[in-house]
Amino acid sequence: MIGGLFIYNHKGEVLISRVYRDDIGRNAVDAFRVNVIHARQQVRSPVTNIARTSFFHVKRSNIWLAAVTKQNVNAAMVFEFLYKMCDVMAAYFGKISEENIKNNFVLIYELLDEILDFGYPQNSETGALKTFITQQGIKSQLTKEEQSQITSQVTGQIGWRREGIKYRRNELFLDVLESVNLLMSPQGQVLSAHVSGRVVMKSYLSGMPECKFGMNDKIVIEKQGKGTADETGKSGKQSIAIDDCTFHQCVRLSKFDSERSISFIPPDGEFELMRYRTTKDIILPFRVIPLVREVGRTKLEVKVVIKSNFKPSLLAQKIEVRIPTPLNTSGVQVICMKGKAKYKASENAIVWKIKRMAGMKESQISAEIELLPTNDKKKWARPPISMNFEVPFAPSGLKVRYLKVFEPKLNYSDHDVIKWVRYIGRSGIYETRC
Amino acid sequence: MTDSKYFTTTKKGEIFELKAELNSDKKEKKKEAVKKVIASMTVGKDVSALFPDVVNCMQTDNLELKKLVYLYLMNYAKSQPDMAIMAVNTFVKDCEDPNPLIRALAVRTMGCIRVDKITEYLCEPLRKCLKDEDPYVRKTAAVCVAKLHDINAQLVEDQGFLDTLKDLISDSNPMVVANAVAALSEIAESHPSSNLLDLNPQSINKLLTALNECTEWGQIFILDCLANYMPKDDREAQSICERVTPRLSHANSAVVLSAVKVLMKFMEMLSKDLDYYSTLLKKLAPPLVTLLSAEPELQYVALRNINLIVQKRPEILKHEMKVFFVKYNDPIYVKLEKLDIMIRLASQANIAQVLAELKEYATEVDVDFVRKAVRAIGRCAIKVEQSAERCVSTLLDLIQTKVNYVVQEAIVVIKDIFRKYPNKYESVIATLCENLDSLDEPEARAAMIWIVGEYAERIDNADELLESFLEGFHDESTQVQLQLLTAIVKLFLKKPTETQELVQQVLSLATQDSDNPDLRDRGYIYWRLLSTDPVAAKEVVLAEKPLISEETDLIEPTLLDELICYIGTLASVYHKPPSAFVEGSRGVVHKSLPPRTGSSESAESPETAPTGAPPSEQPAVIPAQGDLLGDLLNLDLGPPVSGPPLTTAPVQMGAVDLLGGGLDSLMGDESEGMGGANFAAPPAGTMPANLGAPLGGGLGDLFDLAGGVGTLSGSYVAPKAVWLPAMKAKGLEISGTFSRQVGSISMDLLLTNKALQVMSDFAIQFNRNSFGLAPAAPLQVHAPLSPNQTVEISLPLNTVGSVMKMDPLNNLQVAVKNNIDVFYFSTLYPLHILFVEDGKMERQMFLATWKDIPNENEAQFQIKDCPLNAEAVSSKLQGSNIFTIAKRNVEGQDMLYQSLKLTNGIWVLAELRVQPGNPTFTLSLKCRAPEVSQHVYQAYETILKN
Repeated sequence: MIGGLFIYNHKGEVLISRVYRDDIGRNAVDAFRVNVIHARQQVRSPVTNIARTSFFHVKRSNIWLAAVTKQNVNAAMVFEFLYKMCDVMAAYFGKISEENIKNNFVLIYELLDEILDFGYPQNSETGALKTFITQQGIKSQLTKEEQSQITSQVTGQIGWRREGIKYRRNELFLDVLESVNLLMSPQGQVLSAHVSGRVVMKSYLSGMPECKFGMNDKIVIEKQGKGTADETGKSGKQSIAIDDCTFHQCVRLSKFDSERSISFIPPDGEFELMRYRTTKDIILPFRVIPLVREVGRTKLEVKVVIKSNFKPSLLAQKIEVRIPTPLNTSGVQVICMKGKAKYKASENAIVWKIKRMAGMKESQISAEIELLPTNDKKKWARPPISMNFEVPFAPSGLKVRYLKVFEPKLNYSDHDVIKWVRYIGRSGIYETRC
Repeated sequence: MTDSKYFTTTKKGEIFELKAELNSDKKEKKKEAVKKVIASMTVGKDVSALFPDVVNCMQTDNLELKKLVYLYLMNYAKSQPDMAIMAVNTFVKDCEDPNPLIRALAVRTMGCIRVDKITEYLCEPLRKCLKDEDPYVRKTAAVCVAKLHDINAQLVEDQGFLDTLKDLISDSNPMVVANAVAALSEIAESHPSSNLLDLNPQSINKLLTALNECTEWGQIFILDCLANYMPKDDREAQSICERVTPRLSHANSAVVLSAVKVLMKFMEMLSKDLDYYSTLLKKLAPPLVTLLSAEPELQYVALRNINLIVQKRPEILKHEMKVFFVKYNDPIYVKLEKLDIMIRLASQANIAQVLAELKEYATEVDVDFVRKAVRAIGRCAIKVEQSAERCVSTLLDLIQTKVNYVVQEAIVVIKDIFRKYPNKYESVIATLCENLDSLDEPEARAAMIWIVGEYAERIDNADELLESFLEGFHDESTQVQLQLLTAIVKLFLKKPTETQELVQQVLSLATQDSDNPDLRDRGYIYWRLLSTDPVAAKEVVLAEKPLISEETDLIEPTLLDELICYIGTLASVYHKPPSAFVEGSRGVVHKSLPPRTGSSESAESPETAPTGAPPSEQPAVIPAQGDLLGDLLNLDLGPPVSGPPLTTAPVQMGAVDLLGGGLDSLMGDESEGMGGANFAAPPAGTMPANLGAPLGGGLGDLFDLAGGVGTLSGSYVAPKAVWLPAMKAKGLEISGTFSRQVGSISMDLLLTNKALQVMSDFAIQFNRNSFGLAPAAPLQVHAPLSPNQTVEISLPLNTVGSVMKMDPLNNLQVAVKNNIDVFYFSTLYPLHILFVEDGKMERQMFLATWKDIPNENEAQFQIKDCPLNAEAVSSKLQGSNIFTIAKRNVEGQDMLYQSLKLTNGIWVLAELRVQPGNPTFTLSLKCRAPEVSQHVYQAYETILKN
C-alpha cells in the first residue's frame, strides 16, 4: 500500500510530508526531488522506480503530488487516490497552489490522516468529510446522535451524503454535456466519429432522496418495447446505442447490470452522474466542404462551405473554422459571407469566426493564398480543417426521459421537485481533411 | 487563515521560543506553537528536542490540537521511546472516550507508533475497539491489526487478533468488511503458507455482497482479494464472474481494472464453447476502451495493462485499433504505449490506416517516439506481408528526410525486412548506401554492414564499403566488429579473387589484436573453416537463414500469465514480477492462472490458444543486441540443410522439425549445456530449428550431456529378440534388446556362432537414424567366437550420431561385420530408451507449454487391459522417466499430467486418464513434433503392460 505521500512546490521544496509505512524513510523525499522534479529531461513516466522505491506522481499547476511505496501496490488505485486527494483539497480550499497548501497545511494533515490509513484509502467523499473535518477546529462536544450520525455516514453504504439535509425548494439540474469528434475525408466520407458525453447533476434535495434516471437507451427501449409494441414504433428511431458508460459510485451497478436501470441516492450539490461513449448514428451538426486548388506554384485558392445540419429553430454558437495555410504563405485575401475571417500568420491558419448560425443554413468562405516560391521539395502536408462550435442539443441523440425522485420519509413528492434539463453539444476534435 | 506564516520562521533560538510557547497557559498560543512545530517538521527540521513539551499538550479537548500532537508523536516516538511512554495513558484513556471519532483516532495513532513498550499497551484497547459498537471504530481497528502485525507479528498471533479479524469479514458494515479484507490480505502476503484468508464459497459470497455496498476503495480491496481465490470448478468461476461484471461500469478506473483482473483470471477456467465465455469477452472491450478517456497517468497504467491483455487475449480488442491512435496532446508516455499496442493489433484488415498514422508520427518532434514509429513501420512490413511494399517505400521516404536518427532507425528495420523477404527489395540498397557516412549508432552500423555482406555480390563496391569500416575496427562496438567480420567473410566467399587481402586483414584484426573472446573465437572458426574446407565454409556461412518471426517483444508466456494475475498493480506497469522490485518476503508468492476445469472438456482441456491468435503462439523473438550467441547462430552459422527439408519457421512454429529439436534442447538445457550463455528469454523461433544435425551435433551434443546426468533409474527392458537369424548371416545369429540405465542407453546383444568356423574381428555400425543413435564404443568381442559359442555384449550407445528421419521413426539399421562378411539388419527400438532423466517439467512450464502447443498436435490413444491404479501407473512410468507432474481427481477419474523429454530435447506432454475399475486408460499426448506421439504411446503401452 501507499507508504507515504509528499507534496512539493515547483522548486521541489516539501510542503506536506506524511509517511504511513516504516519502509519509507526521509531520504525518499529527496530521492523524488532529485530524480524527478530536478531531472534534466522531460518526465517520461508518471511512475518512477528509484532504488526499489516506486514514486507515483501527478501535477496540478506547479504543485507535485507524489505517493511512495516499496510494495506491489494497485497502481490504478494510487492514481485514482491522488486525483481524489486533489478533488478533496479543491473542495476545501479551492485552487491547489503553494499559497493555499501552506495556508491549509494543518487541514491537509488532518485530511490525510482521515482518508489514508496505513496507506489504505478510506472514505474520501467531501460531503462526508466536511461533516467532521472542518477548518474551524471542530467542537469535540458533539451530541451522541451527531457523533453516531457522522460515523455511520463515513462508514455506511451512502458515504457520499449526510442525513438531515433540508431545502425549502427541492430543485435539480441536469446537464447533458457532449463532445462530438469527427474525422471526415475530403469527399465527405466519415472516417471516424464518436461522442463522449457526461451527465452532470446538481441536486438540491431534502433528505435521502431515491432517484431514478431514464434516458433513451436502446437496450431499455427495446426491452420495454416487447410489452408495448406501438411505443417502439414511436420512439424506436430515437433510441440510441451506447457503447459504454461508467457511473458515479452512488449508482447501484448491479441493478444497472441486471435491469439497466440507473438508480441512486445523489450526493448533495454537483457531481458527475455518468460518462458515456457512442459511435452510432451521430448527428454531425456541421458539414465542412473544402475545395483547394493550386494555381501555379505560388498561389492557392481555397473555398470552404459549411452547412449546419440541425433543426432550423436551433442556434449554434461560437463557431470557428480553422483553415491551415502552407508555411510559405506570403499573403491571404479572404471573402466571407458571414462572420469574420482573418489570416493569422503565427498560427499558419485562416480563422473564420461566426457568432451564431441557425440550423439548415450554409455559409461560405473563399480565400486566395499567395505563396513564396521555395526550393523545398517536400509537398505541403495539407493538415485537416478543424472546427469549433457549441449547439443546444446532444449530437449523440441522447434524451433524458425522466428523473424520478422519491423521498418516502419527507413530505415532498416527485411532482414537487423542480427539474431542469439542458443539452450542450460541443466540438471535440472535429476535422475534415482537404 | 494564514498558516503559511509558520513556514517562514527561521530565526535563531527558535526552538527555545517554541518551548516557551508550548508551555504557555493560553490555549490559542499553545496551538499556534504546535502548528509551528509541525511546519518545521514538514520541511525537515529536527524538532525532536521539544518532545516532552509537545506531549504535554496532548491532554486537550481540542480535537484539532490533539491531532497535531499525534502527528508529531508518530514522527518522533521512535527516536524518543522512553518519553513516548508518557503518551500511553492518554491513548488508553482516549480509547475509552464516548466519542467514537476520538476512540478511532487513538487506536489509529497508537498503531503508527512503532515503540515496543507502547505496542504492549496497545493490545487491550485494540481488542476492545475490534468489537466496538461503532463501525467507524471497528474499521479503524481492523487496519490497526495490520499495523501491529507489521511491528510484531508474533504478538498479533498470540493475542488472537487474526481470528477476530477473520470474524470481521462477516461484519454487517461493508467498510469494516473491506478494511478487514485489506488487512488480512496484507498479513497473508507475509505468510504465504498460512491459510489465513481461508476463502471458501461462503466467505466469497459475503465478499461479493459487500462489494455492492462499500466505497470505491473497499471494492478495490475486495476485488484484489477475490482475484487470489481459486474457484473449485467452472460453474463457480462463472457465477463469480457474473457478479463481478457490473463493476466494469464503475467510474473509478482502479475498480474497473481490478474487476478485469478477476475476470481475466477466472475466464481461464471457463470452457470456450460456453455462450457465457464469448459474452464475457465482448463485455471486456468497452470498459478497456473507456479507460483511455481517463487522466493521462491512469491512461498510462491502463495501456500497460492493455498491452498484457492484448498479448494474452488478442481477440478482445482486435477491432478497437482506432482508439489507440495517438493524439497530439497525449503525454509522451501515453504516446509510446499506444504505439506499442498499435503494432500488436496491426493486421491485414487495418494496416492501411495504421501505416498512415505511423507515417504521421514519424514526423513528430520527440526522438524516442519517432524512432519507435519508424521501427513500427518495419514491424508492420514483417507482420503483414501485403503491406511490405508500402512500408518499404514509406521507409525510403523517411530516409530521404536525412534526419539522422530516422535514417538509422529505418536501416535497422530494413535489415529485418530483408531477412523476412530475401531477394525482394534489394533495389533500395543503393539508397541505403548513400547514407553510410551518417550512421553513428552501433546498431545501425551493424545492420548496414550486414546488408552489405549479405548482398555483396550485387553491390559493386562492397569491398570498398566494408574496408572503410575496417579502418577504425578497434573503436567499434563488439556488435559492429562481429558483424564486420562475418560480412567480410561472406564477401570473400562470394568474390574470392578481389578480397583475399581484406579477409586476411579482418581475420588478423579479430584473432590477434582483439581481446574480446567472442570476436577471437568467431575469427578462428572462420579462419579454420576457410583454410581447411572452403566449400564447407561456404555452406556454413552462406547458408539459408531461418526466417524471423513477426511478433516481437512478446512477454514470455509464464511471465505473462503471472502478470495477468497482477493486473492493475505496479507489476503490470513495470511488466516485471513483484519479486523483481519488492524487497523482503512480500510479494514473492508466485501467482499463476488457474487451470481449466470441468470434466466435459478435459480431453482437450488446457487449450486456450484464442481463436484470433496468430498461429505461432510460440513467441519468437529477434535476439536483443549484444546477444552474441543468438546472433551467431542466426546470421552466420545457419547450418546447411541436410536430412528432411525444413518446414519454415514462423508460420509453422508448432511443427518444429522433429530431428533437430535444437529449439527445445536449447530451451530446456540452456543453463547446464551452455554454461550460462546469455539467451534472450524465449529464444525459440530464432534458433535454427535444424541445429542438431550437421554441426556434428556440436551444440546438440553439449545439451545431451546434460540429459545424461540424472537420477538412478532403470527403465523397462524387453526380452531379447532375434534380430538377425543365422541363416541370413552365414551362421551368425544376433538377438538383442535395448535398455536404459542411469542415463545411458545400451544395446544388449547375444552373438551366437552357429557356423562351423571361428568368428572374429567384429565391428558394428549404425546407419543414420531419427535420433542420432550411435555406438559410443566399438563392439568388443574379446576372444574369437568358436562354433556354438554365445557371447553376451552390452554396447553403450549415445545420441550424437548423424540424424536422418527414418520411417518408421524408431527404425534402426545396423551393419555388423566379422571376418566372414558384413551383415545388415534393421530393428525397431522402443522410444522410452530415449526418455531422459531430467524430463520432469515445472508445473508452470507444463501449463504454459500445453497451452502453447496447438491443438492439431494433440493425439489421443486408448490403453486397454491395464489393471493398475493411478499410483502404480505413476510409479511404473517414473521408472522409465515419464514423470507425473500433477494429479487431479475429476469426477472419480484420476487425471495424471505427465511430461517426458527425448534425448534430442523434444518435450512430450501427456494427460493420462485413469478410471478406477476400468482397465482402459485414455492417453492424450501433446508435442511440438506430433510424429513421435504414436511411438510414445507404444512406449507407454509397453511399460504399463510389463
